[in-house]
Amino acid sequence: MNKLSQFTIGAMLALGSVTAAQAATLDDVKEKGFVQCGVSTGLAGFSAPDDKGNYSGLDVDVCKAVAAAVFGDATKVKFTPLTAKERFTALQSGEVDMLSRNTTWTLNRDTAQGLSFTGVTYYDGQGFMVRKDLGIKSAKELAGASVCTETGTTTELNLADYFKTHGMEYTVVALGSNSEAVAAYDSGRCDVYTTDASGLYATRIALEDPTAHMVLPEIISKEPLGPVVRQGDSQWFNVVKWSLYAMVAAEEYGVTMANVDEMKESKNPEVKRLLGAEGEFGTPMGLPNDWAYQIVKQLGNYGEAFERNVGEGSPLKIDRGINALWTEGGLQYAPPFR
Amino acid sequence: MSNASDPIVFTPTPAQPPPANTVGVVGWLRANLFNGWFNSLLTVLSVYLLYVTIPPLLDWLFLSATVSGTDRSACEGADGACWTFIKMRFNQILFGFYPDGEQWRPIATFVIGFGALISTVFPSKARKWTVLFLLTLYPVLAFFLLSGGYFGLEEVETAKWGGLTVTLVVSVTGIVASFPIGIVLALGRRSNMPIVRSACVVFIEVVRGVPLISVLFMASVMLPLFLPEGMNFNKLLRALVGVTLFTAAYMAEVVRGGLQAVPKGQYEGAAALGLRYWQMMILIILPQALKLVIPSIVNSFISLFKDTTLVYIVGLFDVLEIIRVSTKDANWIGFEKEGYVFAAFMFWIFCFAMSRVSLRIEKRLDTSHRK
Repeated sequence: MNKLSQFTIGAMLALGSVTAAQAATLDDVKEKGFVQCGVSTGLAGFSAPDDKGNYSGLDVDVCKAVAAAVFGDATKVKFTPLTAKERFTALQSGEVDMLSRNTTWTLNRDTAQGLSFTGVTYYDGQGFMVRKDLGIKSAKELAGASVCTETGTTTELNLADYFKTHGMEYTVVALGSNSEAVAAYDSGRCDVYTTDASGLYATRIALEDPTAHMVLPEIISKEPLGPVVRQGDSQWFNVVKWSLYAMVAAEEYGVTMANVDEMKESKNPEVKRLLGAEGEFGTPMGLPNDWAYQIVKQLGNYGEAFERNVGEGSPLKIDRGINALWTEGGLQYAPPFR
Repeated sequence: MSNASDPIVFTPTPAQPPPANTVGVVGWLRANLFNGWFNSLLTVLSVYLLYVTIPPLLDWLFLSATVSGTDRSACEGADGACWTFIKMRFNQILFGFYPDGEQWRPIATFVIGFGALISTVFPSKARKWTVLFLLTLYPVLAFFLLSGGYFGLEEVETAKWGGLTVTLVVSVTGIVASFPIGIVLALGRRSNMPIVRSACVVFIEVVRGVPLISVLFMASVMLPLFLPEGMNFNKLLRALVGVTLFTAAYMAEVVRGGLQAVPKGQYEGAAALGLRYWQMMILIILPQALKLVIPSIVNSFISLFKDTTLVYIVGLFDVLEIIRVSTKDANWIGFEKEGYVFAAFMFWIFCFAMSRVSLRIEKRLDTSHRK
């Protein structure tokens, strides 16, 4: 952590605003009548305003899921667009109730900065994009390639590590900014372009011929992006955490937006518990018993949200990859609902 | 043949026409464009550069540009600009997320404002009243019109404002509010009272010594940490205060320059007439001082207008930021060029208009010694 944020947090503790901020967020939210959610000022597929001015995206759907769980109405959410610099201050100062803003979960942020990550919305990580006509199917075949990347970022370091580990030669073409790197790749100055996978897909749309490029399956760094709440309010932490888990679990049990009403009559007790047809699982969190039912009814399960915002149903066409369910070889996994 | 006694009459021969190569188009070309080998070389080079840049630019801007359709598929494969993007996002560029049915309110606000402002440029009897309206009643009217919540108008929270509306609100508020503050600071800096003077000096030097972006950054990142929980200033208000104080410090120095240019005799004359300090300033000194610095004042305003784009740092969507955000929508990725060209065009229109208005005001107030 840098000196400045240490100072700010010290100052905050001194002023006692942290203890004040720990007051039950769920009660505040219920009283206000809406969830104030911090999102990115613009990231394709995750949070961006559409032509009508409504926010949409995967991160945005997580905010809506929390609203659906608390109020049974996914529209009871207000968005605060936040830049990367002000996002933590906005959360710590109580300006927003939660952050769902492509923020990487790291040890330091989770422990030392008064924040708590509630889960992982999207497992991001550095990947590679190549032209399809190269005939390459895996990053392990990249020996001797020239790679375009932005200079002075961890991307460049990860790249060096990866090629060293695999004993491959490569030429790096480091450029001053990301847009320069993209332009260089598009004009054919290098064979490979590397950045975070979500960024690769967004870049691909803007290339001259998007269909001529493919993203290789290897992910060489860990960038788990997830929702964040203030530390020390375990009730609100649980609400946000389980709202996301409910979406993942719904996908696992095959509960979709379309069949959620029929599934309430399902024979599977796990599904019944999830949808509130059996047991009282909402009450300990301070939520109505049909909280998860409302999430799936209004927003669909995790897979549906993924397809709609970043997957095949969107211009981004991001591959599920490591974001697939654990049952399909991915990392998305929800603890049991019992 | 002629008689010696005849007077010699001078009959002027008709003037020869000037050489063909010094008149008309050819003459103008020779005098202005091909005057010596160096200028000829420059001319040829410039014409070549224009030839290389202008036709492709026109082609991109207009001839091959796309305006039809409603999504990116309309522009696929087109060589020119994709104005479809601007067309679909035009409402957002002007009003941000202001609700559809309420957009007449920002329009009305700015039409009234600009109408009143322009009418003051032309001499008329009602001009004094118009100026008074602009400085007192108009800000109140604009506030109620834009934010609503009273008189049956639907409340529109500032988080929904955006685009040109935010740019104009920030710059107009900055301009109107910083002007009087700047004058007071300038007078304070020239005051004989040590506390007032040093307070003004410290404020001016501190604010002028830091970049605007850091003022805004402090307001958005540090300020909330020092305020008690639950006390959240509106984001727009934070930006407005930051921008206003910042411009006021610059304005103070501009006005001070004007005050120093007024001859000492004017102060002494006013004092000899028995005028008190404020009477002297308002009636004698300031009218002369301000007139002298109109170009500098307008300069500050133009630079403030362009600086408003920095409010993106507090997460406000001004014209430039809303265009950037629009290109982050998965449907419109990759149309940055169109967006930024359009933004540049909008900024140019406003800045050019401001400089024209200032020229008119200068001419009207010109009582200088040149006459």
